[in-house]
Amino acid sequence: MRSIDIVLRCVSTSGFVLMLVLLDSLSATTDTRRSTYDDMSRDIRAMQDDDMANPASLWVNDGAALWSQPAGAAQMSCADCHGDAATSMKGVAARYPVFDAARGKPVGLEARINHCRKTRQQAPAFAPESRDLLALTAFVGRQSRGLPITTGDDPRLAPFVEAGRMIFERRQGQLNLSCAICHDHNAGKRLASALIPQAHPTGYPIYRLEWQSLGSLARRLRNCMAGMRAAPYATGSDEIVALELFLMARARGMATETPAVRP
Amino acid sequence: MRVQRSNPALSSRPLDCFVASLLAMTAIGVAVTLGVADDAPTIANGAITTPLTATPGDPVRGRKIVANRQVGLCLLCHTAPIAEERFQGDLAPDLAGAGARWSEAELRARVVDARISNPSTIMPPYGATGDLTRVAAAFHGKQLLSPQEIEDVVAYLVTLK
Ligand code: HEC
Ligand code: HEC
Ligand code: HEC
Repeated sequence: MRSIDIVLRCVSTSGFVLMLVLLDSLSATTDTRRSTYDDMSRDIRAMQDDDMANPASLWVNDGAALWSQPAGAAQMSCADCHGDAATSMKGVAARYPVFDAARGKPVGLEARINHCRKTRQQAPAFAPESRDLLALTAFVGRQSRGLPITTGDDPRLAPFVEAGRMIFERRQGQLNLSCAICHDHNAGKRLASALIPQAHPTGYPIYRLEWQSLGSLARRLRNCMAGMRAAPYATGSDEIVALELFLMARARGMATETPAVRP
Repeated sequence: MRVQRSNPALSSRPLDCFVASLLAMTAIGVAVTLGVADDAPTIANGAITTPLTATPGDPVRGRKIVANRQVGLCLLCHTAPIAEERFQGDLAPDLAGAGARWSEAELRARVVDARISNPSTIMPPYGATGDLTRVAAAFHGKQLLSPQEIEDVVAYLVTLK
């Protein structure tokens, strides 16, 4: 928490602008970014591409049902205010986390949904990683499928993206590894049997075969932190939001795959 | 040596550089002791000549540790002449021939703390707990391998001629 404050204070907007320019020029010339999808087996890719075969569709359908179900003291549904999600939620997930002016910091999609849940529906917030929250997030995310990620456009996010980058590059845990060591410097190589991906969060929430379930980006990051034997960041903490923001900004321009399937 | 970075706020660039230069200095041959126990090993010129334990290392146990993905973790990154382990990583050099390329003392130092010979190494320090950030509670203050396990691993590596 303190570390973020310090990072924020010492980082300048210009650095961020430079980064975006670099990212953009990168994509203009030789975009070497790859989604994990590109390196998955044909079977798993087919599973992701076909709604009938994609196990995440169960959650998406649940989310669609929740969308039009009145809830809370207000007895209002998401649809009562937002109408047809295909229109109102199109492209929304592709630009999260966004800058929340009221709180002066970025907010992720799950937290944004829970905000409506609490203040608009006047219902108790969904627990992190709960089936209902995953279902609604997958349903909202599904409306951005195929659209390019645009996260990071807002200049007010700059110091938070930079804070996320520093977390990504910092060595952590008993193994003394950083995320960047694997995902920037050794992507494409094999960690025992696992192909190291570039870690672009293009498809969250994902159905992970290893989990036999849908799971959030935060859960995926906790898995990697556990592998590093590092203390995980608390759910919803500034650090985890900054890290998610950095990863999404790093994937800017790549296509949204939600809900993706991963090994 | 003990360069503690328990406060994550301190792990900013200048300190990293400071630590890196400290490590670089040690690599040039200043003898230092690692932040392990009272009987911390002495490292000189990237080598630890004195075994960490009185009991000599057992190469058979060492091979098992290297092969075990939860204990040694070596095969996550390395390949090694351990045919029964099908999935081996390709982030690091093949361990075959390591015993010919390095002396026993150099191999010991490498496993204890690879940062001594290469400050920017990605190989985890197996026998040192200093200068680590955000170690998970279950592993806090604990070495990746015990001194005896390290001796076993070294005894195995020596056989890889
Ligand atoms: C009483 C009306 C109301 C209800 C009910 C409601 N919302 Fe909202 N929601 C809003 C308003 C108004 C905004 C945008 C204004 C703002 O930023 O607060 C918003 C914003 C959002 C956003 C952010 C959109 C963006 O462009 O960034 C999402 C996502 C969202 N709502 C999802 C939901 C979901 C899911 C539900 C049901 C669980 C829900 N909302 C229920 C009124 C409502
Ligand atoms: C030791 C190497 C290693 C480190 C360090 C590491 N990861 Fe990973 N990560 C992997 C591997 C391997 C996978 C692929 C999952 C699998 O097949 O097990 C992965 C998967 C991911 C994914 C999923 C990508 C997708 O397509 O959904 C993300 C995101 C990710 N890592 C982010 C991180 C972050 C952030 C950190 C630092 C906190 C980190 N990783 C640290 C090896 C690593
Ligand atoms: C996270 C990856 C990683 C792990 C895990 C790892 N190493 Fe390494 N190791 C490396 C890298 C990379 C090098 C190359 C030198 C360098 O960069 O420091 C190396 C170098 C070595 C060398 C010198 C190789 C040579 O002949 O040049 C030996 C010996 C060695 N490691 C043994 C081990 C043993 C034994 C284990 C398990 C107890 C282990 N390593 C675990 C990454 C790793």
